[in-house]
Amino acid sequence: MAKILIEFAHPVFSKSRVQKELVNRCREIEGITFNDLYEQYPDLYIDVKREQELLHTHDIIIWQHPMYWYSGPAILKQWMDLVLEYNWAYGPQGDALSGKKVLSVISCGVRESAYNSQGMNRYEINQFLLPFRQTATLCGMSYLPPFIIFGGNQISNSSLTEHSDKYAAVLSALAKDQLPEEQYLRLDYLQTLDIDFLQDKKF
Amino acid sequence: MKDTFLFQAMIYLAAAVIAVPVAKKLGLGSVLGYLIAGMIIGPACLQFIGKEGQDLMHFAEFGVVMMLFVIGLELEPLRLWRMRRSIAGLGGLQVLLTTVICAGIALLFHTGWKQSLAIGMVLSMSSTAIVLQSLNEKGLMKSAAGESSFAVLLFQDIAVIPILAILPLLASNTLLPQSDDKGHSMQWIDSLPAGVQTLIVLGSVAVVVLTGRYFTRPVFRIIAKTGMREMFTATALLLVVGITVLMSAVGLSPALGTFLAGVVLANSEYRHELESDIDPFKGLLLGLFFIAVGASIDFALILSRPLLILGLVAGIMLLKALVLFILGKAFRLSLAQNFIFSLGLSQVGEFAFVLFSFAFQEGILPKEISDIMIAVVAITMALTPLLMMVNDRLIQPRMCTDSRETREPDVASEDNPVIVAGYGHFGNTVGRFLKANGVNATVLDIDSDNVDFLRKIGVKVYYGDASRHDLLEIAGAHKAKIIVIAINDEEKRLEMIDTVKKHFPHLRMLVRATNRNDAYDLMNAGMLHIYRETLDTSLRMGVDVMRMLGHRAHETTRFSKTFFLQDEKTLKHLSAIRNEEEYIKAMRKNFEDLEATITADREMLTLRTDDAWETEEEEPVPQS
Repeated sequence: MAKILIEFAHPVFSKSRVQKELVNRCREIEGITFNDLYEQYPDLYIDVKREQELLHTHDIIIWQHPMYWYSGPAILKQWMDLVLEYNWAYGPQGDALSGKKVLSVISCGVRESAYNSQGMNRYEINQFLLPFRQTATLCGMSYLPPFIIFGGNQISNSSLTEHSDKYAAVLSALAKDQLPEEQYLRLDYLQTLDIDFLQDKKF
Repeated sequence: MKDTFLFQAMIYLAAAVIAVPVAKKLGLGSVLGYLIAGMIIGPACLQFIGKEGQDLMHFAEFGVVMMLFVIGLELEPLRLWRMRRSIAGLGGLQVLLTTVICAGIALLFHTGWKQSLAIGMVLSMSSTAIVLQSLNEKGLMKSAAGESSFAVLLFQDIAVIPILAILPLLASNTLLPQSDDKGHSMQWIDSLPAGVQTLIVLGSVAVVVLTGRYFTRPVFRIIAKTGMREMFTATALLLVVGITVLMSAVGLSPALGTFLAGVVLANSEYRHELESDIDPFKGLLLGLFFIAVGASIDFALILSRPLLILGLVAGIMLLKALVLFILGKAFRLSLAQNFIFSLGLSQVGEFAFVLFSFAFQEGILPKEISDIMIAVVAITMALTPLLMMVNDRLIQPRMCTDSRETREPDVASEDNPVIVAGYGHFGNTVGRFLKANGVNATVLDIDSDNVDFLRKIGVKVYYGDASRHDLLEIAGAHKAKIIVIAINDEEKRLEMIDTVKKHFPHLRMLVRATNRNDAYDLMNAGMLHIYRETLDTSLRMGVDVMRMLGHRAHETTRFSKTFFLQDEKTLKHLSAIRNEEEYIKAMRKNFEDLEATITADREMLTLRTDDAWETEEEEPVPQS
């Protein structure tokens, strides 16, 4: 069993349809710690010791948030700035996180077509997520292909359920160590994971 | 000409207007100012007023009734209940011991036991008017000494009822034939059987409480709607006068009755209005009362028997102070507070004028004794402010045992960038925070108990009135950059602001404010940095309520910040409006203010739907 920590960041969660669905689903799964950053630290005053302790006791870290200005909401950056300390998370003696896995789970308002060289955002999501990937790498963690939900502004209910089912299945598999690296290592995005493989596992 | 009402009024007002500011300027306090004014215009000096001073005094005693009403308004029932031990214990013992000792001494001088007892009881009273007025002026009402003094005075007011009942029993017919006119306390009620009397007395107390609780609000609401300022004042006066008449009719102390009404109304929304309406009347009547006391001092009598009278004055004050001091010690007042308490209450109260004339009419005391005693009482009253001043200047500074030694070397080290004035609950939070961050602050506090305590636990605090510029100077105000005005007393704060403006204009002032109204006053005084005590905390509480109801923490916190900023803006806006039409609206400011605040809140509600992080479909960011 791998222990999963979801670092969740959404400043106006009460208005988010997509994230509400995701959160509802992942909270049902056993063995998952859900850390709601804006709820925990409404004024962005982060308890560094508590956060480091949480990281310490989990194997897989999930950064779950909406896409804001090609990055995460402010508190996530605040969290990184404060929690990932020198000589704790990185630096000569900083090995507290090494060997852990990190997964970004991100909801985007616009369609996937907006994120390529012809689209309005001109780059792919993975290019925007470079800082997250490099942060994980510097801390000795492996950065999984991100799980992205596109088109959140007009997503249909059935499509949303489909996505959240898949997210739940991925989380369960990760928690039970039933998602071997070779299954996802060559993927660009985790949501493109072969759903049949997951269904075979009967979650 | 001399007898017309207007001429008399002119004399009294002129005397007050001239003498009080002069006395204040000299640091003598207003009470002494009035007393001196009385002496000057009285029979002894300019002879503008003669014997009518006595009648005037009875009339002006109504000021005491009003004062107790105002004090009641400021005293919530709960606080009164908490004081029950000191009222009954401290007050009861004071009256009992002083009565017994004074009567005992009188017995030694071969006065009859009845007369001795009468003198003892009368001498045990202190002057509510002088003591409370002086304590108020010094901002000591909420100190330990102030509370104890008040407790004793309150008990004395209650004790007047049995004393008035006992006095006629002491009447000895040998001195004077029993007259039909039995003085002011004898009423129709005395002709009723005891059971009925008790019922009527209890009934009228119930009437006062019930009127205060259920009747006044609707009435005041209707009156306030008329929008006529004088009607509100009239209603407030009617309330006080009405209670006075009712209480006198059933033989209870009017002061006690209005005090009770005040306490009942202490939680009502009309509290401040009542207070501000009654206040000027109270002040003027008290002033008149003090003038009358001053005028009534019979210098001819004093000069005819100077040694006897001065001896009596000294003896009585010493004795009363001693009894009070011992009791203060027993009730754990600190030395400094005990001096304020025992010296402050050492005079004989205004009630003695009534009681001595009553005792004379009743034939308990011969005219000679009663006249001498009245002169003695007046002198003890006149000496009180002086005694308090001596205490302030000479005794109190020595109380904080090491104030001299520490002050001396500190002058050099007073390079602190910050001065914190007032180290109570508010100031000490600021001070502790600064200290925790390595910022040195010079601390001044006026509560000598607090100062002693803080010094004991190693906090460097100076005892002293922070509104005095010489003390600020010693505290290093010239070198400091910032002064935190965190003292409790609103008026003292304003005084202090004036002092700082005048003498240390370079200092930045950060001022604590009690509430919105206080904040307006501070804005008028030109303050830029105003911190309302209740704003941040209340909002924090509001946020927690929302959170417990399931609202999101961060969104609620953001909204509370918006609310905070909006509220500060509204305050500035309303303060500007208020200034323009101040004198028209002063009376109704509370309603209007609340109304305007709530209206502003309602407009703000549109902000509730925080537009942050909102987006249309195809806009790039933010996206959710």
